[in-house]
Amino acid sequence: MLLGQTIICGLLLGGMYALIAIGMTLIMGVMKIINLAHGALVMVGMYVTYVCSKNFGIDPYIGMFIAMPVLFLLGCLIQKYMINRLVEVDSILPENQVLLTVGIMLVLTEVARLLFKSDYRSVTTTYSSDTVFLGAMSISVPLLIGFFIAMLFTFMLHLFLTKTDLGKSIRATSQDRDAAVYMGINSSKITMITFGIGAALAAAGGSLLLPLFYLFPDVGHLFTAKSFIITILGGLGSTMGAAVGGLILGLAESLGATYISMGYKDVVGLVIFILVLLFLPGGFRSLVKR
Amino acid sequence: MLNKKFLMTIAFILLAVLIPVFIKAPYQLHIFILIIIWAIIGTSWNLLGGYAGQVSFGHAAFFGLGAYSAGLLTLHYGLSPWWGILLGPVVAALAALPIGMICFRLRGPYFALAMLALGEIFRLVFLNVTDFTNGAKGILIMPAITSKMFYYYTGLGMLAITLLATFLIVHSKVGYYLVAIREDQDAATSLGIPTTLYKNLALLPSAFFTGLAGAFYMNYVAFIDPNIVFNLTNISVMAILVVMLGGVATTWGPTIGAAIYIFLGELFRTTLGSANVLIFGILVCVIIMFLPNGIAGELDLLKRVTQRKKASVSGGV
Amino acid sequence: MSFFEARAITKKFGGLTAVSSLSFNVEQGEIFGVIGPNGSGKTTVFNMISRFFPLTSGEIYFKEKRIDMLPAHNICKIGIGRTFQVVKPLRRMTVIENIIAGAFLRTGSIVKARHKAEEIIEFCNLGKYTDSEAKGLPIPLRKRLEIARALATEPELLLLDETCAGLNPRESEAAIDLIRRIRDTGVTIIIIEHIMKVMMGISDRILAINFGKEIAMGKPQEVANTPEVIKAYLGDAYA
Repeated sequence: MLLGQTIICGLLLGGMYALIAIGMTLIMGVMKIINLAHGALVMVGMYVTYVCSKNFGIDPYIGMFIAMPVLFLLGCLIQKYMINRLVEVDSILPENQVLLTVGIMLVLTEVARLLFKSDYRSVTTTYSSDTVFLGAMSISVPLLIGFFIAMLFTFMLHLFLTKTDLGKSIRATSQDRDAAVYMGINSSKITMITFGIGAALAAAGGSLLLPLFYLFPDVGHLFTAKSFIITILGGLGSTMGAAVGGLILGLAESLGATYISMGYKDVVGLVIFILVLLFLPGGFRSLVKR
Repeated sequence: MLNKKFLMTIAFILLAVLIPVFIKAPYQLHIFILIIIWAIIGTSWNLLGGYAGQVSFGHAAFFGLGAYSAGLLTLHYGLSPWWGILLGPVVAALAALPIGMICFRLRGPYFALAMLALGEIFRLVFLNVTDFTNGAKGILIMPAITSKMFYYYTGLGMLAITLLATFLIVHSKVGYYLVAIREDQDAATSLGIPTTLYKNLALLPSAFFTGLAGAFYMNYVAFIDPNIVFNLTNISVMAILVVMLGGVATTWGPTIGAAIYIFLGELFRTTLGSANVLIFGILVCVIIMFLPNGIAGELDLLKRVTQRKKASVSGGV
Repeated sequence: MSFFEARAITKKFGGLTAVSSLSFNVEQGEIFGVIGPNGSGKTTVFNMISRFFPLTSGEIYFKEKRIDMLPAHNICKIGIGRTFQVVKPLRRMTVIENIIAGAFLRTGSIVKARHKAEEIIEFCNLGKYTDSEAKGLPIPLRKRLEIARALATEPELLLLDETCAGLNPRESEAAIDLIRRIRDTGVTIIIIEHIMKVMMGISDRILAINFGKEIAMGKPQEVANTPEVIKAYLGDAYA
């Protein structure tokens, strides 16, 4: 029974990780940059939802609909006024875009620290500690709600990317930026919107995880690391890959925490990360294709 | 032109040697010692990242290995941590061999990510092998020497060796090959350059001297724990920033960057209180956006533009 | 055995056969042209010789030694230099530094490498640009720099990929003159070009390929008159 519960909890958690990672993979796909500020965006989204809940009594699952537009705007601004500028700069190391995201990460984290101190905070709702029983397994209610909202968002994003003109433009830019530009796609607008959507998804994922995680300014690092592992597992730029990658990571973490020592579970994740980088550069999808 | 450069170098060395004559306050000397440590780290990182173009997000691994080599010698064998100055760099360089073999299979951002993950693995392992490393409790030693002046000159000597070694490497065949690899790996291969071999030739001294800085840090600060010396943000990322601040692929850039980093850090810390890291973060963004090749790198460019001269030195070669 | 021999070399990318069982010999001291329409597999042939791609099948011999197993960087060491169709200058290095980087293959001494580079700059008429950064050079000069850099590695066989593409007639003339002078120093040359006129003038022999297969080989005039070649270049109506 322990195994069953471990697996289900892992998958549910993984669904929410997936939402955050999809945000990162969208940004990576379109911009071809590694966004080390992604976790910080999750953190900001969590604080927005937290403030809504603490100061205005708004339920976190409603608060996320405030956090998402706020983060969308923040993402657009970061992309437009900071990252896009670097395209024109002639630097010796192309990785300076990555470093810029480190700078952004520092700024966001420290602003949060100034406003909220380094305290550990959490949101409690009436249903926070509720559980439902599935046979002999008890599943926490926030985990269940979070998972279903995350899956709903993933599905809606999938529809958006495949059915709408804007979504198709984003995918086109992701596949071949030059060709997309020749076809008349305004790539700077697309990158801006993509970063906005990526940030909004990060906020959504963060808000869903808020009832389950402690919130503090440095919590972002955790999510950056998780998103990376998921994106690499799923293959860069692939939405569905990230969704499956998220589930896998959630499962692995849950199993690892139960059956391997807590201390080494992160090591296992990182080793898998390097192995996938080396041997499966396209993520687990390259296994399927073979 | 060469003479002017030579004279400036001499002046710089004289200044560095004379600093403790004028500045005797321990706190101020402490600042200069920190600058020296960061200058060594930055100069080492610059060899691999700046010249060879292999941006490592995991140099904390080498720094930490150097520091722990010194610390563990004392903890387990009761030896003076100064033996770590010899052992630390060697351990770091030995670790660099397999790390290079793994990570140089990857290019560009993938290399950066793999190094990042490796650095974190080292931190986590050192946290968890508590029997051997003391885990998160860290290692505390009682330094035999407390004179700041002593540490200043020892550190300065190490920095001088690091700078000289880097300078000699960069101005040799290896240096040309490294820059060629950075500029275009396919072109480099077509010129008969075994790119993986030369990347390793940059990584080894880079790890060696970063390990040296780590071992010296252990001796000077006398306390380490995995979260300090294997830290991703405070060591690995700062190593890159120091170089970016000062000048990518320049001889003196990392030293200048280290000075700016430490001075500004201290200035912000004393005047701005808790906002200091925030201001520093903003500064980082501004520098990357407006001076992408660092202050020394862009000065060069500025000079070239104003003098309307054809470039005589480029890519730091 | 010839100076250079390709035996039934084949390259497949997934289901696509880019080069299919191609064989040819090159004799020492000749200029050997490879022509074909865009996408016919010319550059793939160079990438196979210089080992940027592994062969799917076939063998390559150079000076009686098999070379298709060597790692890419050793190809240059044994005396085969190449240029790239899309030029790859070492952008932030000056012209002379680019060439020095090539010259280091045969010497470890910076003085000797620099001396060698100066000779080559003279030979290639790049004197005016010695200390210019490569990224600032216009295309014709970049192409010449590419040749100069390859020459610095002291090749016995030089692979030139579309040296004249994108050049105006005068620049083209200068490039052809340079290629001839290189040949006169004893270097064997394989040149890719899809401009027939250029090839007719300088090649001793020409191999014409289309869809990765040989369609004609021989003296320039013979090849130009082969119906398959005319068809490949001008369409069925002219054959």
